Parts: sequence; C-alpha cells; structure tokens
Amino acid sequence: MKLTKALVAGLMSGLALTSAHAQNEEPINLGVVTFLSGPAASPFGVPARNAAELMIQEFNAGKAPAPYNNKGFGGSPIKMTIIDEAGSSTSVVTEFRNLVQRDKVDLIVGYISSGNCLAIAPVAEELKAVTFLFDCGTPRIFEESAKNYVFRAVNHATADSVGAARYLKAQKPNVKNFGGINQNYAWGQDSWKDFSGAMQVLYPQSTVTTSQMPKLFAGQYSGEISALMASRSEVVHTSFWGGDLEAFILQSAPRGLYKNSDVVLVAGETAMYRLANRIPDGTIIGARGPYGVLAPQSALNTWFREKFTDRYNVPPNYTAYQMAHSIMAAKLGYEKAMAANGGKKPNPDQIAAAVRGMEYEGPGGVHKFALSNGHQAVSETAYGRTKLVNGEMTIVDVMRFPAEQVMPPVGVKSTDWIAGGMKSK
Amino acid sequence: MIDQILMVLIDGINYSAWLFLAAVGLTLIYGVMKIVNVAHGSFYALGAYMAASVVGAWVTLDYPPYLYYLALFAAALISGFTVGPLVERVLLRYQYEKDEVVILLITYALFLVMEDVIKLIWGVNPYFIVEPYAYLGNFSVGEMTYPNYYILMFGLAITVGLALTFVLKKTHFGRMLVSVIHDREISAAMGIDVGKIFVVTFSVGCALAGIAGAFTAPTISVSPGLGVEVIVLSFAVVVTGGLGSLPGVALAAIIMGLVRAFCIHYIPHLELFVIFGVMALVLAFRPRGLFSLAEARKI
Repeated sequence: MKLTKALVAGLMSGLALTSAHAQNEEPINLGVVTFLSGPAASPFGVPARNAAELMIQEFNAGKAPAPYNNKGFGGSPIKMTIIDEAGSSTSVVTEFRNLVQRDKVDLIVGYISSGNCLAIAPVAEELKAVTFLFDCGTPRIFEESAKNYVFRAVNHATADSVGAARYLKAQKPNVKNFGGINQNYAWGQDSWKDFSGAMQVLYPQSTVTTSQMPKLFAGQYSGEISALMASRSEVVHTSFWGGDLEAFILQSAPRGLYKNSDVVLVAGETAMYRLANRIPDGTIIGARGPYGVLAPQSALNTWFREKFTDRYNVPPNYTAYQMAHSIMAAKLGYEKAMAANGGKKPNPDQIAAAVRGMEYEGPGGVHKFALSNGHQAVSETAYGRTKLVNGEMTIVDVMRFPAEQVMPPVGVKSTDWIAGGMKSK
Repeated sequence: MIDQILMVLIDGINYSAWLFLAAVGLTLIYGVMKIVNVAHGSFYALGAYMAASVVGAWVTLDYPPYLYYLALFAAALISGFTVGPLVERVLLRYQYEKDEVVILLITYALFLVMEDVIKLIWGVNPYFIVEPYAYLGNFSVGEMTYPNYYILMFGLAITVGLALTFVLKKTHFGRMLVSVIHDREISAAMGIDVGKIFVVTFSVGCALAGIAGAFTAPTISVSPGLGVEVIVLSFAVVVTGGLGSLPGVALAAIIMGLVRAFCIHYIPHLELFVIFGVMALVLAFRPRGLFSLAEARKI
C-alpha cells in the first residue's frame, strides 16, 4: 500500500514537474508600445525601445543583477511584440485591443503621450489587461478614476514641476517674477499650471511675466523669445521636448536669453548630449525623475548604463530609464504573483494584486507604488545645472528631493496639493 | 513704446519672410498646374535634410564659412530639381486629365511616401547645422538682440519675390506661364509646350520649398515630421492670399506674421489660432482670398 502511495506520489510530482517545465517553455508575451516614427521617436521612442530590447535580452539570458536574475519572467522566456505609438488616439486604442485580443499578450508596457494614456486606460480596464504606462506624465490617469489593471512605475508630471520650483527655491531664495514657454497641449499646459502654482507657493510675492503657449511642433520661436527677453523674467520655465526643445535652445541661446534669466529645461536631459556646446553653462536641467545623468549611484545603475552604452554607443536617456523601470516592475510583480500562485502562471488579477503597493529598485533608485490605491509609483526627483568641461557636458549643483516633497500624499489630487501649499503628511 | 513697436515689427517681418518662403512654391504650382500639392511639406523637409548633409560635409571639410549660404542654396536646388521633375514626369503627368481631388490624393500619398523615404535615408535622429546661423552674429535694437540671420531670411524672401515677379512679368517664359495660368487649352493651341511649362513649374515650386527648408535648417532640429506643420501653415497663407496669386501670398504672409507677433507680445494665448483666425476672417469677406485671380466663364 505504502509502495503504491509512493508510486502515485512520485508519478504526481513527476507530472507536476513536467507540467511546470512545459509551462516555463511557454513564452511570456510582452507588448511594448512606443513611438517608432514621428517627432517623438528620436528623443523618446527609440531610446525606450532600445532599453526594452536590452532588458528582455538580459532577462532571457538570466544575466541581470539580483533581484532580476531569474530567467525571463519566472523562468519563462519573454517574447516582445512591439507596436508603433504614432497615429491618432483611435488607432492607438485599436492597436491596444489587437495586442490584447489578437496577439494575446500577457502584459503591456508602453505609451509616451498623455493623450494616448488617457485613451487606453479605460480600455485596459475593460479588457483586464495589466498595463504599465512608462512615460506619460498626466496625473489625471489615476486621479480621475480608480484603476485595477493600469499602473505607472514612475512619478507623474507634478514631480517635475514641483521639483523644478523647489530646486529654484533652494538655489535662488528670492525670485520676484518668472515666465514660461510651453507647448499648447495637455503636457505643456499641465506643466505650466503645476510649475506656476508651485512657484507661487514657494515665492508668494512673485508674479508671472508672460506665459507663451506656441503650437506643438511650431519650430519657429523668434517672437516668443523676444517676448521672454522683453519680460525680463528672472526665471524662464519650459517643458519643451524633442525637436521643439532643440529648436528653442538653438534660437534662444545666441540671443542671450540665458544671460539674464535662469532657464529651466524640465525635459532638457534628452537634448544635453546632442547640443552640449550650445546649451549655456548654468542652465537648469531635469530628467523627469532620478534618471539619466541624474540617476543615483548604485550597482543597478552602473550595470544598466554600461550595458546600454556598450550596445548602442550612447548613454541611456531618461525615457530609456523609465522603460527599464517599467519592465523591471512588471517582472517583479509577475514573479511575485507567480510565487503566490504556487509557481503557476498568474492571471491578470493576481499580477495586479502583486504589483499594488510593491516597492522595487531600478537604475533610478527605489520606487514604490504608493499612490492611487498602489497603482501610481513615487520616487525622489533631481535637478542640476549644466557645465561644459573640456567639451563634455556635465551636470553640477545636483539636488535631490524626496518623493514626499514633490508628489502629493495618498488621497490628495495634485492640483489640490499644490494649491494647499504642497505640505507632506 | 517705440521699442515695443519695433519688437513686434521685427518679429512679425521675420516670421512673414519665413511664411512667404514656405508658401510661395505651393501657390506657384497651384497657379499654373491647378494642383494642390500636399507633398509640398515633404519637399521642404527634403531641402532641410539635404542642407544638413551638404553643410555638415562643408563644416567637416573645413571649407570657407562665408560660403555656407551658397551650400544651403545648392542643397535646395539639388533637392528640388532632381526629385521635382522625377515626380512630375513619372507620377503626375499621367493624371492631369483626372479630377483635382484625385491629384490631391496622389500628392497626399506622395507626402506619406516621401516622409518614409526621408526616414529611410537620414534615419530618425536629428541633424544640427547651426553654423550658418551662428556665423553671422547678432544685431541690437534698443536692449533687444536679434540674429543677423533674420536679415538674411528677409533678404532671401525679397529676392525670391522679386525674381519670380521679374520672370513672370518680363520674360518670354513668364508670359507663356501667365498664358497657361489663364487657359491651358488656348495656350496649347497657340503652340506653347504646356508639358514643358508644367515640369519646369513643378520643379521650381519644389525648389522653392527646398529653399525654405534649407535656409530654415540652421535654426531648427532637422528631424522627422518637420514638413507637417509647414504644409498646414502654407495652405493657410496661400488660401488667404488667393490660390495662385504671388502678391496674395506676400500680403497674407505679412498680415499673418505681424498679427501673430502682436499676439505673442500682448495676447499670447491667442497665438495658437491667430493665423487661422486671420484666414477665417479674410475668407468670410473674400471667399476666394485677398488676390483671387479673375476666371473667365467658359461656355
């Protein structure tokens, strides 16, 4: 009888092992969505795609440092399905549905445009597709309605604007006036609203000189630069990115805008290498978080920078970091859910439950899914000033601000938090 | 106060010059060929990319910097006079008998194809050729500093405008062109080689778009998608001025440039739609634009 029981037990465990092995052979299909064409491809989309390819290669080879040293996702190899984010919101939503329903992806990491994030979030909820938004900044995703399957592994845009204002306050205690130039769409308007709100909290006597809102991809800023120079603003804020940012730098630097104003380039990190000798010393540069040159020193950061630079011959910019962070969070969440499910492939509800409130470390330091019922991650942010040393762009006077100083506390909307004086609980 | 007025004038004229250069090729092609060339933005982008390559090589080879501008001009001509005739001969000349909407759709398809071809050749990373912009230095008006490159762009717009006027009014070819503008069939019956006029006009129109792109390249990041904004603005200028009218384009560019500069300095939040606001206002009172050409009624 005992022998029979032992045989049955042996047979069952053998079957379980075979089943687990077979399951591990089945790849995890990871959908990656980023701009591969259009103006956002070069500064954001392509570096993000490169980071995704690098992370998947390293994970599949089992060569990433701990705690990312398991092969693939929980032993299963990762298969990437990559989609171009370019196109109308309607086509982006259609492609999202295709990824989930036709391609049967297990997880999705993607989206740079805030408009696209707002469009796909309700669809992800409807389809119960676990989705990590990797770059888009709008706080509205989680502040307007609760989500069950959508996550963001990095700070939202409020941290960028409040961080910039806090950096200025630390560096320049008395600012009497400030102006701004931002693209006239959701990102530019939200950035300016948060920045001007934060400035008026930190410098209650300050006034707004001018707020220029040119069209996205306008390219010609001669008039706006004149208006900013004529306004004699002590501080000029811009959340420009990509070609618009580069054109603004090329057109404004020779005219001397930076001589009389402290210019804050919130997303300046993506342009700092390309335009190293065109960005005047002392320009305040942000990387939308502790990423790129502003990433903290750590073994994970060294590993990521070296691997990325070896493979692509350029250092990773902040979108590459954000993509790496999002895939790392997805991997940890998946493996946590798998462990909780007895080593079996987890379902979307189990993955979402595992990610909710999770803390993880990436090349940009420790992040925690702390806000919006554990769906929105928070981390410190950092700013610094440019300095050209022997023809190489460097960042000096770097200051870091902990998450509670730049992101609202649990249950408080960003705009209310800024208007209420940006107090941390 | 005078400083403020001067500021609006300088910024307005600078933008007007750019608008005129960007739009003049489009109106020339429409005037002669009755083609709304949606691929105009791609020819602008092609000029910018060609300029990036030529000036990039110029700088690398350490050629004299004062000849940058010749290199920019050459780049524009190369792009316009190679791709322009090719497109007209291979693609468009078989379509002239078809409806204008069909040709519009063909040029739209061409626009999409050219965007991808440009990406295929130059990639997605941006190019910077700031040297011609920086080389000229600055001038000051009051406490405001402006790049001398503004003067170059203004001079270029004036030169292009005068040269086109001269060709149209004072040369044999120009008179033939005006004849074709007014009536293609009668012109052909009078012995004018309309096919030749078409290929030359299309190439010149493309080269003009290339000139605008090439001379704008030193002030921007030459990157994918830069032709999209140009085609939208060019249409606004051309429609406001009156399709096919050279003085119309010039006047529309001046009005739009000055109104936009005024808004930037005094009502910045109106800037987004001010150009289209001017267009709507003009079309409300003059539906065929400021200088619409009189058309004979054919029986």
